[in-house]
Amino acid sequence: MAITGTEPLHTGALLSVAGLTKRFPVGRHLFRKATSFIHAVDDVTFDLEPGGSLGLVGESGCGKTTVGKLLVKLLEPTSGEILFRLPGLADHAVPDDPSELNEPAVDSASIEGRQLRAFRRRAQMIFQDPYESMNPRRTIYDTIAEPLSVQGMGTLLDRVDRVSEILDQVGLTPPATFLFRHPHELSGGQRQRVAIARALVVGPSFVVADEPTSMLDVSSRTGIMNLMQGLAQDLGVAYLYVTHDLAVARYMCHRIAVMYSGKIVEIGETEELLKNPRHPYTRALLSAVPLPDPGSTREPPDIRGELTAPIDPPARCRFFDRCPMATENCRTSPHPPTEEKSPGHWVACYEV
Amino acid sequence: MITPPNYPGIPGASPGTPPGPPDLDVGNSRFRLALARIRLAWRSFRGAWSIYLESRIGVLSLLIIGMFALMAVAHPVLMLTIWDSGTYDPVTGYAFGQSQQPASPSWRHPLGTDPLGRDVLSQLLWSTRSEFVLGITAALVTVAIATTVGAVAAYYGGIIDAFFMRLADLIIALPGISLLIVLSALFKLNLFYLALVIGVLGGFGGTAIILKSQALSIKVKPYIEAARVAGGGHFHIILVHIIPNLLPLSLLYMMFTVTSAIFAEAVLSFLGLLDVRMSWGIMIHTANTGGYLMGGTRYWWLVVPAGASITLLCSAFYMGGRALDEVVNPRLRRRHD
Ligand SMILES: Nc1ncnc2c1ncn2[C@@H]1O[C@H](COP(=O)(O)OP(=O)(O)OP(=O)(O)O)[C@@H](O)[C@H]1O
Ligand code: SF4
Ligand SMILES: [Mg+2]
Repeated sequence: MAITGTEPLHTGALLSVAGLTKRFPVGRHLFRKATSFIHAVDDVTFDLEPGGSLGLVGESGCGKTTVGKLLVKLLEPTSGEILFRLPGLADHAVPDDPSELNEPAVDSASIEGRQLRAFRRRAQMIFQDPYESMNPRRTIYDTIAEPLSVQGMGTLLDRVDRVSEILDQVGLTPPATFLFRHPHELSGGQRQRVAIARALVVGPSFVVADEPTSMLDVSSRTGIMNLMQGLAQDLGVAYLYVTHDLAVARYMCHRIAVMYSGKIVEIGETEELLKNPRHPYTRALLSAVPLPDPGSTREPPDIRGELTAPIDPPARCRFFDRCPMATENCRTSPHPPTEEKSPGHWVACYEV
Repeated sequence: MITPPNYPGIPGASPGTPPGPPDLDVGNSRFRLALARIRLAWRSFRGAWSIYLESRIGVLSLLIIGMFALMAVAHPVLMLTIWDSGTYDPVTGYAFGQSQQPASPSWRHPLGTDPLGRDVLSQLLWSTRSEFVLGITAALVTVAIATTVGAVAAYYGGIIDAFFMRLADLIIALPGISLLIVLSALFKLNLFYLALVIGVLGGFGGTAIILKSQALSIKVKPYIEAARVAGGGHFHIILVHIIPNLLPLSLLYMMFTVTSAIFAEAVLSFLGLLDVRMSWGIMIHTANTGGYLMGGTRYWWLVVPAGASITLLCSAFYMGGRALDEVVNPRLRRRHD
């Protein structure tokens, strides 16, 4: 399923996010309502096709994990809408054929109860920290089979078979030697394979991968990235890949969204975005990445200071304080709207 | 897009012979899972054990507790072999052939007799068992309540949390022993009810607060979020992920509860407020009502055995708790490397 990036939002998308916003109260007291908020995710809009992949790139604290958690319903959005077209979500039984295209869209906010269980089979998440995302007291079998057993899928025999099969698929072979071990007996890379297995064991259509390699040593990163990519392709799983590294996003994803301080500042097809970065922040990020083409040159990054938590940010461009291109207009105008500067390439900046 | 075909009951799984080893059948895998759990339990026990043994007070406490356990076992054995019940029964026995009661230690009565002519050693040994039963019952009740309350309050937060924490504050503010004195005046408290009262007070009191703060730190672990994404409900998360990780700390507070239960029993018995036939506290009470505490050290055997036992067993459980504290709180651990 080719990702053209040219379709307008909401057509044939597995997942459409519109105006997604999440604010965390700061300094809330028992008897006082919070007056300040961290605008962790602010008016974010994107979509994801079935089998597609989107890289969410940005500095630490820009709200990437929050977006991921909102998508899998670990957090409730403050406002905005998430629409899913996932098999089994709308009011009929789980179909055998997970071709999502004809599914009616379901609003994430309305998913609860039995529908939530169906949702949990379709949307999964791989967590950043392979050391903390597994209960140290449970075996690998318990961990991977958890989604199956809490949802009452299959008999014990089915589950053991299924877990063995998925262990084999993620390269933990022979499966029988891993089934009944415990997380602390595995290396970081092996644990992250377990995390991938656990996310894929229910046969999801969509996975959020939250920096799955950032805690691993360099030698095991490529293996995990290749594994994820291969499995996602084979199983037709769409994924949102969260990373702070443009090079990783480029390797892993069809499309890239660059996030800054809770806002998506630029989104487009991977090669287009990397070849013609338009937003000053994307350009600054790119100049920090080793160039794919040694012949070309780029000006050094020209951004000042660093990202601070967006607590009650002023109503102007979020990047204003660090932007080398800022003008008087940027100072007095609200945050720039996201506009399509070339087909499928959206940018939020007045000056491009 | 490749369409993953279905396993029965598991969407997205592929059919045919799975690559798993052929000898895996239900009984077998269930057995191996159980085996793996036992192995893990054994391994973490061994790790904890070796840390525990590094602590001198830990070893000492084990020796003392072991000694009392032997004493508890010794009583029925002696009663069945060399002690006849007419003479040696701790409540109804009478040591004939003594010129006066209480009689000082002799071969026939190694710790002498009490003012009513009963063998002190027999009383001491007989009471050991009930002290254990009392302490352990109180501890189990405390820990069962505190673990549940702590896990539930931490997990749900909000008004449930506020309710249990205010309740705990209230119980902490109550003067423990005085409350027990009032209760024993109002009701007939035997050892079992005493254990229940101490257990309930401890379970809803300070122990609940401590276990709750531990549960809070477990609640924010990513594996709890992972369990939610897996589709686990509240009950599943509390039971499978939070409580098992709380248990080491619960065990520690069991030790401390044993201490306070034995101590409370001693105080209440000494004041004659408990409905028990014999206990360490009753032994001292009997000596006191007979006026023998006034006689300086002359009637030492009436007081010292019971008093020393109370002190020793209480401090043994307390020291054991402190040693366990090092096991479950790694930051207290001494560095060796
Ligand atoms: N539960 C929460 N309560 C309050 N503030 C939060 C919460 N979760 C996140 N935040 C804040 O929201 C902002 C975005 O956090 P988020 O974890 O999404 O960033 P991130 O892009 O994933 O960063 P990193 O790369 O470090 O993981 C941060 O300022 C963070 O402090
Ligand atoms: S809108 Fe202005 S301040 Fe914001 S990124 Fe563009 S040039 Fe910089
Ligand atoms: Mg993050």
